[in-house]
Order: sequence, then structure tokens, then C-alpha cells
Amino acid sequence: MRKVYSKIDSIVGNVITVKADGAKYGDLAEISTSFGDSLAEVIKLDDDNVSLQVFAGGRGISTGDEVRFLGHPMQISFSDNLMGRIFNGSGAPRDNGPTLNENLIPIGGPSFNPANRIIPKNMIRTGIPMIDLFNTLVESQKLPIFSASGEPYNELLARIAMQAEVDMIILGGMGLKYDDYLFFRDTLEEGGALSRTTMFIHTASDPVVECLMVPDVSLAVAEKFALQGKKVLVLLTDMTNFADAMKEIAITQEQVPSNRGYPGDLYSQLASRYEKAVDIAGSGSITILGVTTMPGDDVTHPVPDNTGYITEGQYYLKNGRIEPFGSLSRLKQQVNDKTRDDHRALMDGMIKLYASYKDSLEKQSMGFNMSDWDKKLLKYGARFEAEMMDLSVNTPLEKALDNGWSILAECFSSEETGLKSSLIDKFWPLER
Amino acid sequence: MKSSGKVVGVNGNMVTVEVTGTVQLNEVGYVLTEGKRLKSEIIRVNGDRVQMQVFEITKGIGIGDPVEFSTELLAVELGPGLLGQVYDGLQNPLPELAKEAGHFLERGFYLDPLSKEKEWEFTPTVSVGDSVAQADVIGSVPEGPFTHQILVPFSLLGSYTVKSIQPKGSYKISDTVAEVEDAKGNVFPLKMSFEWPVKKAVTCYAERLKPVDPMVTQVRLIDTFLPVAKGGTYCIPGPFGAGKTVLQQITSKFADVDIVIVAACGERAGEVVETLKEFPELLDPKTGRSLMERTIIICNTSSMPVASREASVYTAVTLAEYYRQMGLDVLLLADSTSRWAQAMREMSGRLEEIPGEEAFPAYLESTIAGFYERAGLVKLKDGRKGSVTIGGTVSPAGGNFEEPVTQATLKVVGAFHGLSRERSDARKYPAIHPIDSWSKYSGIINPDQTEYAYNILFRANEIESMMKVVGEEGTSLADFIQFQKGELLDAAYFQQNSFDPVDAAVSPERQKYVFNLMMEVLTAVLDLSSKDEARGWFNQLRQLILDYNGSEWQSEGFVKLEGEIKSFVADKKIRVDENAAALMAKN
Repeated sequence: MRKVYSKIDSIVGNVITVKADGAKYGDLAEISTSFGDSLAEVIKLDDDNVSLQVFAGGRGISTGDEVRFLGHPMQISFSDNLMGRIFNGSGAPRDNGPTLNENLIPIGGPSFNPANRIIPKNMIRTGIPMIDLFNTLVESQKLPIFSASGEPYNELLARIAMQAEVDMIILGGMGLKYDDYLFFRDTLEEGGALSRTTMFIHTASDPVVECLMVPDVSLAVAEKFALQGKKVLVLLTDMTNFADAMKEIAITQEQVPSNRGYPGDLYSQLASRYEKAVDIAGSGSITILGVTTMPGDDVTHPVPDNTGYITEGQYYLKNGRIEPFGSLSRLKQQVNDKTRDDHRALMDGMIKLYASYKDSLEKQSMGFNMSDWDKKLLKYGARFEAEMMDLSVNTPLEKALDNGWSILAECFSSEETGLKSSLIDKFWPLER
Repeated sequence: MKSSGKVVGVNGNMVTVEVTGTVQLNEVGYVLTEGKRLKSEIIRVNGDRVQMQVFEITKGIGIGDPVEFSTELLAVELGPGLLGQVYDGLQNPLPELAKEAGHFLERGFYLDPLSKEKEWEFTPTVSVGDSVAQADVIGSVPEGPFTHQILVPFSLLGSYTVKSIQPKGSYKISDTVAEVEDAKGNVFPLKMSFEWPVKKAVTCYAERLKPVDPMVTQVRLIDTFLPVAKGGTYCIPGPFGAGKTVLQQITSKFADVDIVIVAACGERAGEVVETLKEFPELLDPKTGRSLMERTIIICNTSSMPVASREASVYTAVTLAEYYRQMGLDVLLLADSTSRWAQAMREMSGRLEEIPGEEAFPAYLESTIAGFYERAGLVKLKDGRKGSVTIGGTVSPAGGNFEEPVTQATLKVVGAFHGLSRERSDARKYPAIHPIDSWSKYSGIINPDQTEYAYNILFRANEIESMMKVVGEEGTSLADFIQFQKGELLDAAYFQQNSFDPVDAAVSPERQKYVFNLMMEVLTAVLDLSSKDEARGWFNQLRQLILDYNGSEWQSEGFVKLEGEIKSFVADKKIRVDENAAALMAKN
């Protein structure tokens, strides 16, 4: 028997205040408005004043609407029935399937004990040389794709999802354009991956509070699947929309903004989501790939900046290619010594030369004479971009390594590459 | 008399409590919710209402939930058994917690920091009737490679007479090993462990000394050019991905100190795991024992509650100060102090304090200064010396060093190792910017020589920027050679291959030796007739030195390569540069 409160004291943005007793911090309530029912979450307690964040937004709420406390925090149904289904941020079906109510689990649970973590050890092959060779993706990694707006980040995400060897995909969409949502759904369906996918989708026109729930709901479900032994890949797009939703709500609640209007706890909020990525000993794992669009292509913007400090590297998408500079997979050294002897050295050597190529390119554009060395670099750079960086290249790691050596051999003499002599003896292609 | 209260407000991780009885600022209390006791700390007192930060997730707390106060400040337990432990920010042992509570950090679980069951071989060093004071040694137990001294608790002020002392034997830390009596006849039982509030610096030493001896890190660029002293402080600011944590990890392995305390404060859990799994396998070259036996890890990673993140750096520095009291050299690596500052900012926002720059609280600078000032080389009352060295990383927003945390830190540290995005993008390790960074300490090499080398680098840098404007053809051959020398110094001396077992850590002897070889090249006037010849020559030389850096110290290959390098250089060397002749003659 739960009490119903029918006097709402204040409505500010998406937050309403009622006088009530017995409410707990983080609990859910149901509010009945003339536009239908909505969930709301307790976000502040001050004596008997209870502030609630209404999922469907404050618009249209009347001071006389009824508020009923449910006595439990936000929950989501968890079972194998989630496979192939599509939901919104509060867990209601978006497809025409039935509402799921069995086996409810809490969201936003405690963090994984660091002492129980293990060192990640499995490479995830994608067939993209800029990832496999230069910035290897590793199981249990959390990695964002930094991208300017207009870049094909969702296409890249979808391609990685299709080619990666995992048991489950959970797609969390935040502020997605409706078209993009349909793109994901159709691509995964055509690729035959929809049946191992669960989607939690918030589109740009949905209430902003639901956007906040998407990562928590997605990760809570992922965690349960991982504990059952499944390798789960969580795709989150776009985390900048998530951060903007937090900003919007923080500002309407009159919190002191810290940097460009974002709340001071932006780092902690993002971290508590990304840190859910884990490889559970003797069980499954969660790998997180998120998209972070950079307003104005500015990597120092608070969202990409804070994200970069949290995640284990980033893929930097620019002009439709993964940039070698700025892109980094921090976990690659856990796996790239087990692939082939030359992997690490070739990776470093080729990038150093590509950096020199960029310098020569700059000199050329300023109209300076090109030395022989510059000319060699220009030749190298063009081949590197065409055969390594182009996203359409789809080739296994070993082939990419072999090709790397032949590019070097066709552009330089062996001592110009700065690679260790022992490797050159072993891998330098013989004169043809 | 312990006070009690009840919750009247919840806002994020801050609760407002109505109290009956007296309370103290920074007193620890427990909120009783859903059958759990959630540890909290009083951070503001206002009439009969106090504001507390909760060190746990606050979900489920309701109005009217009871609160118990402890009359104690937030404290850590000090005693034998700290080494090798992995604690959270409140000194909960995480591996034990995992055994009790499973994979996840369930809230409200607190375990004893030190095992109450383990027995230690105690040897007394005082006799009945001796006079003792705070931090005096009353006995010792062996702990790993060290002799862990049992000290009179720091909280016992004044002088005491030993009334009884236990004979040599096995004791648990909770056993009374001695009793002391003050002038008024009050008797205090002493155990092998005691508590000390983390936010109070331990000052039980005779005097603080100026840090002079270099703390060798086996990173060439640091030891040769940007040294850190034992008892000193340094900071490593850098944008993300520039290698702050890698540098800290390498330092934690190779630093020439007795004990290393790693405070992973608000950073990635995965990085701690690397240390956690790797250290027990690695051997400390000094003692020949597992590296873990000289290490304590304080691990409050980014997804763990933010209030205990704030506490974690204090927990770490208090443990460091404790071991310093035993005459040991301790290195505290805090990664990252920015996350700690952000934790302060979050709490300040909840308290609705007037924000300072970038919404950081106004007391940011004094708090940072207070933390770094807990480092230092000290002379203990019995004449021995001990030191706490603090190295903190800073994660400036947008990689911009003008932000408040970096600036506040730069004011109080003795060395600045600024990491540059440009260098890390070019895969240069360590990515410390050799020109922007500075150190006020003296290193392992004659400063005149390092200055000469530095000047070459400065000059090479100038020439490089000039070349960008006038092009290579507009640069004189002499300048071009100077530029190549700078590039060589950078590629073959500043940079190290962190994956190469030999090059990853370079002993001071080898650094001195190789630096002399570098000076041979840097001070040489060379017979190179064209830029292409110069480029080719330097490329070959660089290759030779890189191979040389990767060869085992004094091995056959090392000697052979050295011979090759020397004859390679001699071929083109006309004479020694006049300005450097006197400098080189000193050797």
C-alpha cells in the first residue's frame, strides 16, 4: 500500500518537488499526467521536500498530478528475451514486442573490485590495419572514437560490430538521429547480427532525462551477460549527447558549472560508465566502444578531454580515416608482442616516418626545394595513406605487416628506417 | 560520549544530519541505511545541523535514517604488515574484500587494514625504566626485507617511562607489548599498531633538511637533465595519452628508494592491475626479493566513490610518513592529483561555496601546497635520516598548463617534468619536453656538461624553427650539423625504448658512461662536406648508438659497438670545439 501525493509544489524544467515522507534517495516514482504516465527519480531530499527528475520531462505536468512512490530504484528486466529487442532509455519497448517484467535488476551498481581484475590478453581482430597493426583493440578495453560531426563514425562503429568476434552486442544510442537508428537496425539485421543484439535507443526528439539512463541500462544488462560468461561488446553513440544531457539538467538545477557549462563531476560521471568495461576471470567480458563527437573538432573540449583521461586510448577519426597521430590503444602492448616479432618495431618505425612525411609535406606546401630525403618521404607517405590508412582496406594483421615491410623497402634504404638491425636482417624484403 | 543524529537531507554524496550532542569537524560517522553502515566524514558544522560527505554510494538513504558518530577523525592504522598491501582510499584491503564480498565493491563493508591473526617476531629495544617519547623505537619486527620498528604512537605527547616490556617472542599486533607511564602516573598500554589521522602531517622528527641526494629513476632524461632529489617533490603534468602513467609505473619499478607507495587516485583500474599482477613477479635488484614487498598500493580508481578519492592521497602520504620515521627513503607516486582536486571541487559545489577559477574552491592552492609540503628529508631524533619524495601527475583540462591545478602545483614542487602531446604523438618516450621542463635539484652529472648539451638542444631547436621558414637550402652547413647534433641527442639519449629490457632502465654508471660518449660527438668539429653527407652520417651514427643502447652493459656486443662508434666518430672528427675543450678536460 503506497501513499499517493497529489500536490506538486514546484516544477522547474524536468524537476518537480513534492512534500512526502519515506522517500529514499534514488527511488523511483510514477507520475500520472494528462499525457500519460511517466517514471521519475528522486534526486534530492531536503527535510520533507522531495525533488524528482521526471523521465518524460516537465512539460504538461500539472500541480495537481498524482505522484506515487514505487519504493525501489530504477530497474531493468534481464533475461535472454532481451536478444534482438529494441527499448528506450526507461526500458519500454521501441519495437512492437511485449514489455518485459521478469527478473528485474538494479542499474548503476557498485564498481568492480580492482583486485579482482585481470590483465587483458585477447586481441580483437577487426581487419582494419589502422586498428589491428597500429592500435590493436583488446577485449575489455574501453575506447572512444573521437570524431568531428559529419565523419562516418556510426559506419565505423557498425563495421567493427559486424566483424568483431563477440557473443553479444549491446547498442546504446543517445540523441541519435532517427535515420541513424534505422541505419544501425538495418545494418545489423542485414549482417545477421540483430539476433545477438539488444538496443537501448534514445533519439534526439525523446525526453532528455531518458538519454541519461541509456548507458546505465546498457551496462547493467552487459554486466549480467558478462557474469554469465558472454563476451559483450557495448557500443555507445554518442557520449557527447549524454554529457550535454547532464549539462542541461545540472544547469536547470542551478549547479555551479565548472568548464563550459558542464557540471564539476563530469569526469566522475563518465568514468563510472566507462569503468564498467572488465574482463572477469573465468567468465565473460565487457568491451566498450563509444563515440565522442568533438564540437568544432576541438579535442580540448571538456567531453573528449575528460573522456581521453578515462578511456584506454582513442581512435581519432578525421577525413574518413583513423588518424595515426592522436589515435592510441593503450592496451595494445598487452597483445602486440604475441602476434609477430616485428609488430611493435614496425608500428613505431612506420609512424615515426609518417611524422617526418608530414614535415616534408609542410615544407613542400610552403614552396621549398625537396631534398632526396623529402622525396623519399613523400613517396612513402602517399603509399602509407593509401595502403594502411584507408578505411576500405580489409586485410588480416599478418598481411598488413608484410605489406608494411615492402612499402619501406620500396621507399628507403634499410638504415634510413631507424629500425633495429636484427629485425632488418630478418624481415627486410630481398631485392627483387 | 558519542553523539548521534538523523538524516534530514540528501544531495548526491552529501547528507545533512541533525545532531544531538557534540561533534568535531572531520569526525567520522556512519549512516545506517538498509542494514548497512556507510562511512562518512563531517565537513561542515552549522548549528545542530552538520553536513557529511559519504564515502559510499548514497542510493537508498532516506530522511530519518539514524547516524552514529565515532568521536574519531578519519585515520589509518599504522603497524607491521602494511607492505605489499592493496588498499582502497580508506585503507580497506581490496583482495580480502574480494574474498568477502565477491567481484563488486558492495558498500558498507569495512575490514581490518592489518591482519589481527598474523604473528610477528618482536625484539624489544628498551628496558623497564627507560624514558621514551612519541615516535621513539621500543622494539622491532622483521617485515619483508626491512626491520620494521615498533614506535611509540605519535599521539602520545610529552615524555613517558617504560613500566613493562614484553620479552622477545611472537605477538599479534593487537597484543600489548609494552606499558608506559606519564608523569602523573597514568599508564598507557602500547600495541604494535596505532592510528593516526590522515589529514595531520607527522612531525615527530628533529629537523627538516634540504634535499640533496639524487633519487635515481633510471630514466636518462630525468637523472641526467631533470633530476629529482630524495625528499623532494616533482610533478608530471601532461595531456591524456602522453604517458604520465607509464612514466610513473617505470619509476615505481626502478626508483632507487626503500619503499614505494602508489596512490592510484581517480584513475583507470586497469593500470593498477598491471602493477598488481606484475610486481609480485619482479625482483627488486637491491634486495633480491619481490618488488611487491617494498610496495603499498592505494587504489581508489575513477569509478569508486569520489569522497574516498579525496581521502586516498592523505592515506598514502600518512603511510609514507610512517615509514620515514624508521629512517627509510619512501617514494609516493600520486596519479593523478587533478582527480583529487576535482573531488574537492565536487564537494565544494555541493556545499554551495563560492567558486574560484574553473569552479575549483578558493582553498585549492593552499591544500595542494599542504600536501606536497608533507614530503621532505628529515633528521630523526636519533640522528638517522629518512625521506618522503612525492611525485604527482597532473591531468590538466585540454592539456593546457595554464589551468589552476597545474599552476598551483608548479608553485610548490622542485622539479617539473612537463609532457608534450607533440612528442608523444611522434612516439617519443619519455615524452617529457626537454626545453619547457625544469628541475631545481642537482643530478648525477657535472652540471656544466649537461648545460653544454642543453645549449646544443636549444640551438638545434632554434635552427629547426628557422629551417621551417627559410628551408633547408637557406640553412648553413654548420647550422645544419648543429641541428643534427640536437636531433641525435634527442633520439639516442633523451629517448628510451620502454619495451627493450636493457634500454628501459639505465643505471647511473651507464648513464655517465654513455653521456661521455655523447659529449664526444656533441663537442666534435666534424668533417662533413654536404648536408646529405651530414644527414647520412648522423643517421648511421644514430643507428649504431640505438643498437648500443640496447646491448647488455659491458657485454661483448656492447664493447664491440662502442669500438665501432668510436672509430666511426674519429673518422670525421677534426678537433674538439674550443668552447668545450676545458669542459672535456675535466674528465
